[in-house]
Amino acid sequence: MSEKRPVNLDIGSIRLPITAWVSIAHRASGVFLFVATAFLVWALDASLRSAESFAALQQLLTGPVAKVVLWAISAGLIYHSLAGVRHLVMDFGIAESMPGGVLSARIVIGLTVVLTLLAGWWIW
Amino acid sequence: MVTTVTSFGRNGLSDWLIQRVSGVVLLAYTLFILWTVATGVDYASWKALFDQTWLKVFSLMALLSLVAHAWIGMWAVLTDYLTERLMGTTGNVLRLILQLLIALVLFVYMVWGVQILWGY
Repeated sequence: MSEKRPVNLDIGSIRLPITAWVSIAHRASGVFLFVATAFLVWALDASLRSAESFAALQQLLTGPVAKVVLWAISAGLIYHSLAGVRHLVMDFGIAESMPGGVLSARIVIGLTVVLTLLAGWWIW
Repeated sequence: MVTTVTSFGRNGLSDWLIQRVSGVVLLAYTLFILWTVATGVDYASWKALFDQTWLKVFSLMALLSLVAHAWIGMWAVLTDYLTERLMGTTGNVLRLILQLLIALVLFVYMVWGVQILWGY
């Protein structure tokens, strides 16, 4: 490996634009979903194992703690999906400019808030 | 300096493409499952749905996508923050240990998922 490869800027010394926050949050939500997958696979297991475990899962998911967990995972999924679609759109050469990136970042945040509230309304 | 030996496809372009394709598969699967749950399921209809071959194939595709997607994503995060530049040699050791742990967790998700899809 060449020692002359470019090194990333020291992000700690830079005031971050909205595009950077959207990028960091995309990563953070991805790490969160990696952990949350354990809960999702466990829930899929319980839902298919037997009629009794399905009923027990249904009962559990009516509890307040489970609802908060579900809402948090929904928020993570919503945000990560929208920010991921933003990447896909940019891969097609759309909104690659700075104003375009700022606008799509705002759209992602706005849509996340709306959809997360809707998800909360659906869960409760 | 971070080396690429632990990246998924040993090559940034291949990682990039796998990340995009697996992302689309995962989004499609998530929307499908959400739609199914939102329209209401009981145990019998849910079980019958997962007994169908096409959904087992779709689920396995999503599971494989999850493993690849999470590996590439976690690799990108770890190689940016747990580095020799930021933490010295500790960064390299810590990163490798975490990558092995992530690989172990993803392997468990994989085997557990297959067990759910074909075991019940």
